[in-house]
This record gives sequence, C-alpha cells and structure tokens, in this order.
Amino acid sequence: MDDLLREFVTETNESLDVVDVELVRFEQDPNNAKILDNIFRLVHTIKGTCGFLGLPRLEALAHAAETVMGKFRDGLPATNDAVTVILATIDRIKEILESLERDQREPEGADADLIADLERIAERTLAAARKQAAEPARVLRPGEVSLDELERAFRDTPVDPPAIKGAKADKTGKAKPVEEAAKEDDAVKSGSQSIRVTVDTLEQLMTMVSELVLTRNQLLEIVRRHDDSEFKTPLQRLSNVTAELQEGVMKTRMQPIGNAWQKFPRIVRDLCNELGKKIELELQGAETELDRQVLDLIKDPLTHMLRNSADHGLETPAERRAAGKSEQGHIRLSAYHEGGHIVIRIADDGRGLDTARIKAKAVAQGLVSEADIEKMSEAQIHKFIFAAGFSTATTVTNVSGRGVGMDVVRTNIDQIGGAIDVKSIAGVGLSFTIKIPLTLAIVAALIVESSGERFAIPQLSVVELVRARKGGDHRIERIKDTTVLRLRDKLLPLARLSRLLGTDADADREVESGFIVVTQVGSQTFGIVVDSVFHTEEIVVKPMSTKLRHIAMFSGNTILGDGAVIMIIDPNGVAQAIGSTVTSQMIVEAAHDRVEEAAEEATSLLVFRAGSTQPKAVPLSLITRLEEIDARKIELSNGRHMVQYRGQLMPLISMNSSVNIKGEGAQPLLVFSDGARSMALVVDEIIDIVEDRLAIQVTSDVPGVLGSAVIKGQATEIVDVGHFLPLAFEDWFRRKDNPTGARQYAVLLIDDSPFFRNMLTPVLQAAGYAVTAVGSAREALALLEDGRPFDVAVTDIEMPDMDGFEFAEAVRADARHAALPVIALSSQISAESIERGRQAGFHDYVAKFDRQGLIAALMEQTDVGRAA
Amino acid sequence: MSSENTDRNLNEYVTAMVGGQLFGLPIRGVQDVFIPERLTKVPLAPPEIAGVLNLRGRIVTLIDLGFRLGLVREDNGGPVMAIGVEMHGESYGLLIDSVGEVLKLDGALLERNPINLDPRLASVSSGIFRLDGQLLMVIDVDRILDISTHAAAA
Repeated sequence: MDDLLREFVTETNESLDVVDVELVRFEQDPNNAKILDNIFRLVHTIKGTCGFLGLPRLEALAHAAETVMGKFRDGLPATNDAVTVILATIDRIKEILESLERDQREPEGADADLIADLERIAERTLAAARKQAAEPARVLRPGEVSLDELERAFRDTPVDPPAIKGAKADKTGKAKPVEEAAKEDDAVKSGSQSIRVTVDTLEQLMTMVSELVLTRNQLLEIVRRHDDSEFKTPLQRLSNVTAELQEGVMKTRMQPIGNAWQKFPRIVRDLCNELGKKIELELQGAETELDRQVLDLIKDPLTHMLRNSADHGLETPAERRAAGKSEQGHIRLSAYHEGGHIVIRIADDGRGLDTARIKAKAVAQGLVSEADIEKMSEAQIHKFIFAAGFSTATTVTNVSGRGVGMDVVRTNIDQIGGAIDVKSIAGVGLSFTIKIPLTLAIVAALIVESSGERFAIPQLSVVELVRARKGGDHRIERIKDTTVLRLRDKLLPLARLSRLLGTDADADREVESGFIVVTQVGSQTFGIVVDSVFHTEEIVVKPMSTKLRHIAMFSGNTILGDGAVIMIIDPNGVAQAIGSTVTSQMIVEAAHDRVEEAAEEATSLLVFRAGSTQPKAVPLSLITRLEEIDARKIELSNGRHMVQYRGQLMPLISMNSSVNIKGEGAQPLLVFSDGARSMALVVDEIIDIVEDRLAIQVTSDVPGVLGSAVIKGQATEIVDVGHFLPLAFEDWFRRKDNPTGARQYAVLLIDDSPFFRNMLTPVLQAAGYAVTAVGSAREALALLEDGRPFDVAVTDIEMPDMDGFEFAEAVRADARHAALPVIALSSQISAESIERGRQAGFHDYVAKFDRQGLIAALMEQTDVGRAA
Repeated sequence: MSSENTDRNLNEYVTAMVGGQLFGLPIRGVQDVFIPERLTKVPLAPPEIAGVLNLRGRIVTLIDLGFRLGLVREDNGGPVMAIGVEMHGESYGLLIDSVGEVLKLDGALLERNPINLDPRLASVSSGIFRLDGQLLMVIDVDRILDISTHAAAA
C-alpha cells in the first residue's frame, strides 16, 4: 500500500502541475476544447484514483472540480471567478497530498467551503446555460447529460488509464506508468518504457562516476609516464567506457528549464488578480536543457524575480496609460545556451529601478557614503539591490518586499558559480540577466602551464592551439603595447596568462614565443599565451571558495589526477580583461579599446607614409585590415593593378602618382571593405598606430586629403578615404542604391567637426544612404523646418550652441517630426550616457568609431520606419 | 582554580601558536588538524589566502592566520600546521606555527578584550583567558573567515 500511495502522490502532483498551467491557458483561450479535454481527463484520473485508494476527502474535491469542468466542456463560459475557485481547489488538493505523503493518511478537515463554491459555480453556469438554451447548440437538460457522462466515465475508470497515459505521453513527452499498469500490463500496447528513479539514486550515481573519472585520470597519468605499458590498451577501453558512462549519467540529469517555469503562468495569473494588473507572460526557450541540480537551485530565485517584476516592476493599468504605454504589462522570460552556460533573462516593460530611492536607501543603510555614491554610475548604483537586506519597495506587499530580496537571489546564483546582472532604464523597463553553468559536474579542459603553475582552460571555448616562435610561421608581433598574432588572414589579440594573473615575474619581458590557446567567447576571439600545454582532461568542476569567487579569471577549481588542485580559467573573465569587443576586425577593435581608455576625444589613427616623407594618417576605424602581400602577386588587368584576395579580385589604388607599386618584396596595403567588396590603398610603409586628438588645422584642396593635423608632434596629412573608394569601383557609392527598387533612405548627419562629416558621409553613402551633412543642430532643425524629408537623423552629442540631447528633444517636441528616428554618435560611450540618451529620445546610441554599429543602427531604424 | 564545578561551564579549546601568541579555537568548530601539502597558490587572491589544497577529495582554502592577524609566523623547525574548520559547507584551513593541547577552560573566566588590544586582533577575539604564565586569546572562526574580497574585486 505504501508504494502505491507514494506513487499516487507523485503522480497526482505532476498531474496537478499540468492542470495549473493548462487552466491558465484555458482561461485565456476558452474555446480550445483540446485544452479543456486535457484538464478534464487529468482531474478525472485523480478522482478515479482517489476513489480506488479510499481517499474520500480528495475524491469529493476532485469530483466537485470535475463537475464544474464538465460544465465548461459543455460549452459554458469559463469566468475568471470560476477558474480562481478551481485553482483554489487544486491548491487544497495539493495541501492534502502533502500531509498524505507525510502521515500516510488524509488529514482531518472539511472542504465544504470550496465544494459549496464549486457547486455554486456549477449552478450558475447551468443557469446561464438555460438562458442560452435557445442557441442552436445541443440543449442540455439541466445537468443530466453531463452528469451521465461523468457517471459513465467514472464507471469506466479502470479501463481508462492506458488511454490517459497515451494522452499524457503526447503532452509531456514522457510516459508515466501508474499502478494500474502493473495489473493490466497486457492492456498496455504502446508507450516508451520508463521507470521512476529517485533523484538521490541519480545523484549517487553521478558522484560515483565523478570518482571513477578521477581514478581513470590517475591511471592515465601513471601510464603516460611509462611509455610501453601493457595497461595501455585496457586502459584505453576503460577510458572510453568511462566517458560513455559519464555522458549517459549526465544525460539523465538534464532537464528542460521549462520544468522550472511550469508554475509561472499560474503565479502570474494569481498576481494579476491580486494586484489588479494586466500582465502578459512570454516564455522563450523553455526547452533549453540544463542539469537538474542547477535547475533546482535557480527555481526559487527565478520565481522571486518574476514576482518582483509583477509586483514592483510593472505599473498598474492606470499608471501605464498615463505613461503612454499599453495597459497590459509584459514580462518576458527567455533562456538560451551560450558556451558552457545557460543565459536566462527576465525582462519587463515596467517603470525600471528607482535610482534615487536606491541611492537614498544605500546611504541610509550605511552601504556607501554619500560622497562616494555621487561618483557612481547609475549601473553601479543599481547593483546595490543585490546587497543584503535591501528592498526598495516602500510598502510591504503580500507578494514581495518581505525584506529578503535580490540579495538572496544573488547568493543562490553565486553558489552555483553564476553571475547576475541588472539593466534598468527608468520608465522603459528592467531586465535581469543570469548566466549560470549548464552543469556543475564535469567538463573537458586543456591543462596548461604558466609561470610554473598549471591551469585548466575549458575545452569548449578553445578553438585551436598555435605554437609561436621567433622566426617561425607564427610570430607574435606588437602594435605599440598590444601584442597580436598574425593567424592566417586575421590579427589575433594576445594576452599572456601570467600577466593577466599578475604572476609574471618580469612584466616587461618581451613576448616572443609560447603556446597560444586560441579561445573564443561569443563573437570574440583571442589568444591566451601560456608557457606549455600538457593535455586534455575531463575535470570535475568544483566551485571556487566564496573567498575567491570574486576573481573573474577563474570559474572554479578542480583536483587533478595527481591530487593537485588547479584553477579553471574562465574565458569570459579573460575576454573582459582583454577588451570588450573583438570581432573579425580585430585590429580595429584592439585599437578601439584603447580609444575607450584614452581621454575622450582621442582617435586611433594609423600613421603611414605614401609618396612623400610627410606622414599621412587615416582613422583606424575605417580600415578593415592591414595586409602585406607578396608584390609578385600583384597583377595588371585592364590597366589596373589587382590582387587576388580571398578568392576575389581586389583593386589596388595608389595614394598618389608618386607611390609606386613595388615589383618585388612585401607590399603593405590598407584594405577597406564594404560587404563583399574590398579595395586596397597602396602605401610605402606603415609606421604606427597612435592615439591623438584629431583636429584638422589646415584644410586641403588636394583631392584625397582632408587637411593637416598635428599628430604626435608632427604635421600629418589626414587622408580622405571617401575620395579613393570610387576610384576602385566607380559605382562604390551607387551600387547599393535601390537594389530592390526600394526608395533610398535619406540620412541627416549632424556633426560640428568637418572631419567627422567628411569621414562618415562616404561611409553612409557606401551603405546606400542619401546623406545630407550639416555642421550644427540649428542648421539641421532649419532643414526639417523647411519640410525636407529625412528618414533618420544621426547626430553628434557634444556640439557647441545646441548639443545632441537638445536637438533630440527639439525634434521630439515638434509633432511633425516626432517620429523621426534619431541616432546619437558619441565618443563617450558608457551605459550611463546611453540611458541619458534614451531618455532624451534617441532611438539608438552608437560609438563614434563604430562604423558597423552605425550602419546596423541605421538599418534597424529605417526598417522600423518602413514597418510603421 | 575551578575544581568544584568541573562539569559546568567548561569549554574545550584547541590551542595553537601563531607568531609567538597562544590562541584557542572552540573545539566544536574544529574539524581536524593537518599538515598542508601540495598547496596551490591562487593568483589575484586576497593576501590572507595562502592557497588551496586537496584534503581527502575536498578542496580546502588555506587562510594565513598570521597575516590575517597581523603577526609574523615563526619558523620553529617543525612542519607548518593547519586547523581545519568549516563554514557554510566550505572547508577552510587556518595556517598556524604549531598546535598545542586541548584545554578545558571555565567559560566564566573568559575576560573581555583589553581596550588597548590591537584592533586587528580585537576584531576576531571573543576574549582572553589568563593561563599560568601566558594569555590565551579565543578566536572567533566566523570572524576570522570574514575576509573582505571587495578590494581585489575591481
């Protein structure tokens, strides 16, 4: 009996979870007979089983609920009220189940209240039905038909389960044998074979496998030292079997994250009623799988955050209306895999965090001094919500704000080696991003050595290994202070592990040789330079001690086969240390990082010589790549110099007539690309990459030269790239015009610096836009005033007289162009200024040198315009 | 001095020497005493953390108690020892110069910290016992393990 009861409890709990979700769905979609059938069957099974096991209290409740649902099925409206009572009934059933599990018997008590409610609803719905009796639908004689059905269904119960099972298998993807199945197993025709295993058993199995992996590693370590060991072959087999076993066990532990979300629609529904709000919950990526241990640990934090969003984040319908938003708030929960992590995001479109209140509270709680907080950015201030005992809600509600809050969430996430970040824009919304490892158990890792210590680098992010030697195929080169590796046709930014970890005895040591672990994190690729590389090993990841968890370079530690503890390098941490955005255009980006570090206005410039001794410069951000090609590969075709480059013919353009294309040796080139097309500017010599304020002091009449500026103390010609592009392809600026017959978008470009106007105009033209460039916000407003049609405006922020923010506000204020998208360009790109920009009415915010970003932003904004 | 009430108020302390000072740790907080071997240094770690090691399959974080207390550890010729403690399910080892005997002391005799005690010691001390010939400082393990990680977090 015990077993039967336990199984019943587990089974029923699962069914009830499904009913919860289904009911909420049903309420939203009351015409969906399928959903209702499902609910009906589930409740019916519960009732039937209760009767079978002799549990009268449960049976009575389930019966009453089933009756109401039977009415629904007969085509009667499912009111919010009715669904609430049924949900309450289900909660009661759960309570009873809990004590049933504990005490092996039904608890004392009566459910007359709920049953009365249910009966009242059944009556009322019947009354409603009578009113609707004139409808062409089948007329119900009061209650009899459906009751008949119910009775028959009840009588048929013993025959039902196989059918129910089949239905359930369809829905949840797993078959659930119930006790009847054992008695009637002959009757069970189909359905995948499965058994229930307790989680403890799996856990134990996992621990054993972990130990087995460790032992295998130890053996491998021993055999590695004895080359001709006779153990080699059997050990290899053992190794393979272990790997398979491990994989198998891991698989049993993986569960879709949707399991943790199952209760969410119900929670949101209840909150809507309780708080008088309208909330739409969107769930994305529910099928994303992760280790159930991790799943269990994040279930509560996620629930808490969802409640927070609904309670504090989203405004009441009235407030939303006043703020010009739709009455219905929106919460989106999404999950996806990224590397060895799962990223979960909860985003709402509510009021965002109240920075002022957080500030006040942080100071009041003594977390930070008033002087210090003034220096903090908004993003930093927002992080205080993770501090212990922090809750900004002024009123403690039933839902959240009980004092435990985001600090508990953070602690839970910390414990599993995850990270949480918050982004909030006042009035627009709040989003939390949680990044947690997929599994806490075992990963493949590359064991490397740096400064005499061993480290593990997760294999997942390792792309390849390169050995760099002085004079070898792969050389480590330097661009000023940055070390890079020329790898095939890319420049790979490098970081010496010992330097990242501060274990480099001689920090200034020239990096010339070493092993380079080419690592990829998201779109970022970089090389980690280590002293030696040993082998790949399956390691059992153990979380870092809480005292060491703040070190971004490590994601955990592990015990190696020889018993030593080593640190596991976190490629994300390394990536952050190296720089924020390294893409295929690495050289551009590498310089970019330095731009951000340097004083605001500084620009990275590539300084080179072409034709004369006077240095020339071009903003590095315009250059796609620097190349050195073998001069013999340059071909003459149709009177023009060409080179085969990445399977295409790339035209070579000389800077001026005095630059000679070399006949032999290496020819340095500056490659400019746009989409699939590339052209190269032939130069004599690449000198350096420098950062300096770019102020053109003398403008020039010479074609191809914008003017002269003093760069690093030397007069330097600033090259106008826009002049050369059409020389390579006459149609460079035209070819993208109206490719599909669509109208060419008109861009209004506002920048007080003639240099940037000159620099950006060709870039935007090349991307297919018609550009009108003006030098001040006033001029721009005058053009708009004249009724000149523009699809989008791109404006600098820092301008004399009227700055970008004011311009955006002025545009917004005028009803005629209020819809004109405005993209801000700035050399200072911080989260803070982005938020400020958004408030001023900017649609997007792009770094001044982020050419690709600007084009992407333009495309997005003009697309939006077209859709509208 | 308190022979009558031997079975009352008696607390047991594991004693240890660090930098010439005698310390006592409440025995219920002490897991074991071991000789640290194969210590792995952790780059970028706070200076109080001497490293991590594998103790029977568990990863133990070693705290340099001398550094933590602002004392200079003495080389007494013998092996360095560590006292194993646990907090929130994590294992820690406190590096000490040598371990002494387990003393049973009457809790009533625990005296408050003198007001002129070095603030670094005072912040982790729960009081002082006057023993024959020397003073024994009782240290609070939770407070010892309360190591600020913010400074290094940047």
